Amino acid sequence: MSQEQDNPFLNGLWKESPVFVQFLGMCPTLAVTNSVRNAIAMGLATTFVLVLTNVLVSSVRKLVPNQVRIATFIAIAATAVTVTDYLVKAISIDIYKALGPFLALIVVNCVILARAEAFAAKNNVSRSFADGLGNGVGFTLGLTMLGTVREVLGAGSFLGVSLFGPNFEPWVLFLLPPGGFITLAFWLLLFAWYRDRKARAAAAPAAMQEVHS
Amino acid sequence: MPGVKTTVIEVRTSPHLHGPLSVDKIMRHVVYALLPIAAFSVWNFGISAGVLLAFTTLGCVLTEHVTCRLNGNRSTVNDYSAAITGLLLGLTLPPGFPLWMAAIGCLVAIAPGKLLFGGLGSNVFNPALVGRAFLQAAFPVAITNYTPALANGRFWEFIPSSLALPLMKSAPLNDWIAQVRVDGFTGATPLVLLKFDRIYSDPWPMFWGQRAGSSGEMPGFLILLCGGYLVVRHMMDWRIPVAMLSGAAVSGWVFHLLNPTAYPDPLFTLFTGGLLLGATFMATDPVASPVTPRGMWVYGVLMGVLTVLIRNLGGLAEGVMYAILLGNALSPLIDRLTPPRPYGARKPAGAI
Repeated sequence: MSQEQDNPFLNGLWKESPVFVQFLGMCPTLAVTNSVRNAIAMGLATTFVLVLTNVLVSSVRKLVPNQVRIATFIAIAATAVTVTDYLVKAISIDIYKALGPFLALIVVNCVILARAEAFAAKNNVSRSFADGLGNGVGFTLGLTMLGTVREVLGAGSFLGVSLFGPNFEPWVLFLLPPGGFITLAFWLLLFAWYRDRKARAAAAPAAMQEVHS
Repeated sequence: MPGVKTTVIEVRTSPHLHGPLSVDKIMRHVVYALLPIAAFSVWNFGISAGVLLAFTTLGCVLTEHVTCRLNGNRSTVNDYSAAITGLLLGLTLPPGFPLWMAAIGCLVAIAPGKLLFGGLGSNVFNPALVGRAFLQAAFPVAITNYTPALANGRFWEFIPSSLALPLMKSAPLNDWIAQVRVDGFTGATPLVLLKFDRIYSDPWPMFWGQRAGSSGEMPGFLILLCGGYLVVRHMMDWRIPVAMLSGAAVSGWVFHLLNPTAYPDPLFTLFTGGLLLGATFMATDPVASPVTPRGMWVYGVLMGVLTVLIRNLGGLAEGVMYAILLGNALSPLIDRLTPPRPYGARKPAGAI
């Protein structure tokens, strides 16, 4: 437990990955990961909001009365989202259009509120910053992993670069929402299978000894 | 063993009668029942269908074997169920379906469709249809590329789309079809012709198996014959196919009466598409269908009606696959709602 608390960044990055472990923010996870570019853009935007919200929430955590904390956190998140919205619009109008309503919907992404409530409201600013960054990068990583599979199979390209030439037969399914669910499930399956295999390998020598004794 | 003297005395408790049917044996006979249909498909569509069927069968068996070993379990290919899944998957695909896509269908049918749920006996859906549903969603164009039956030179020439390179599109088939087809035989299936071009075709040639379609959806008489064999051997319950076919025929007939120009007659409904094959060999999957007699009727009729609804009102030309998958999903619920009354038991007040 102490080990986990010691490194909120690494914790959010992989061990408690928002996408693969906490299953938070499934809406953007499934909706905008049909290409790597969208996935990265969505991840970065969420990271920015997450860090900003975590830092702000953490710094006002002692001032906010317990009864109105959720409303306050949402108001802070909404502020951060508005800033991000304008930022993305200024940087690339293409990405802004591709992300569509999901950019504004970051405010209701459970990752934001969950980290604010579960972590930032109880920890100091620097640790909250690390937690926000870790979860944000973890979220981006997860989305990129989904986006990679979906773009490679669904469009035959990676970051818009064609991989298999013009004759590629796209797997239409992976560009559609069910493809998001299927890809997520297969990543989880892969992790579970790997964990299971490792656990079995660890348990095997003990079992062998029991048989022989 | 006659003629061999043994000193072993078997002592067993009752019951002494035992059913001679094991899972392996039933499954083996289902494979036997599918072989004539596969053979007819090869006669109909030539070498492409033959290679496709062999490929899917082998693919499913291999997937099952490898997946079992990866999980560190004993391989379960000896129960023949993977071979059935492979054969059925092949029979539901267009004869010229690219082989690399068929391989993906095999992977999806066996690994997530069956073994993820816990293997034979635990699968919620018919694995072959899971594979096909995935292919339909992933490659909607390739899976509706039908080629004419009885094409010239079909025994020594592949349908060009069969041999598409992995991950690549197949070449357009129209030129090839124009080249090889026997007069009057088109590549489009009767259902597609009816739905999109409003051309009605005579149902009887389909019953005798001479139209374009999925490799094994025809001929009706052979499917019924092979299904009948399994019913006679008590390896399949007759209720589900009868319920599904009558459900489809009656609801199709109602549609036909309401608007004879838009909706086909019940005979057309019965003989076209995968209805006969689906009702006989897929809806009857013993794992994914209800076990109560009343439940089987409900399940069958439901799927029959759904098929007709999808065909007549939906955007797709054929609806058997989705009807059966939906029926599979509902079958635990149907079982729960239709428990048979134990002998001598009174119906409790308020029961259904």
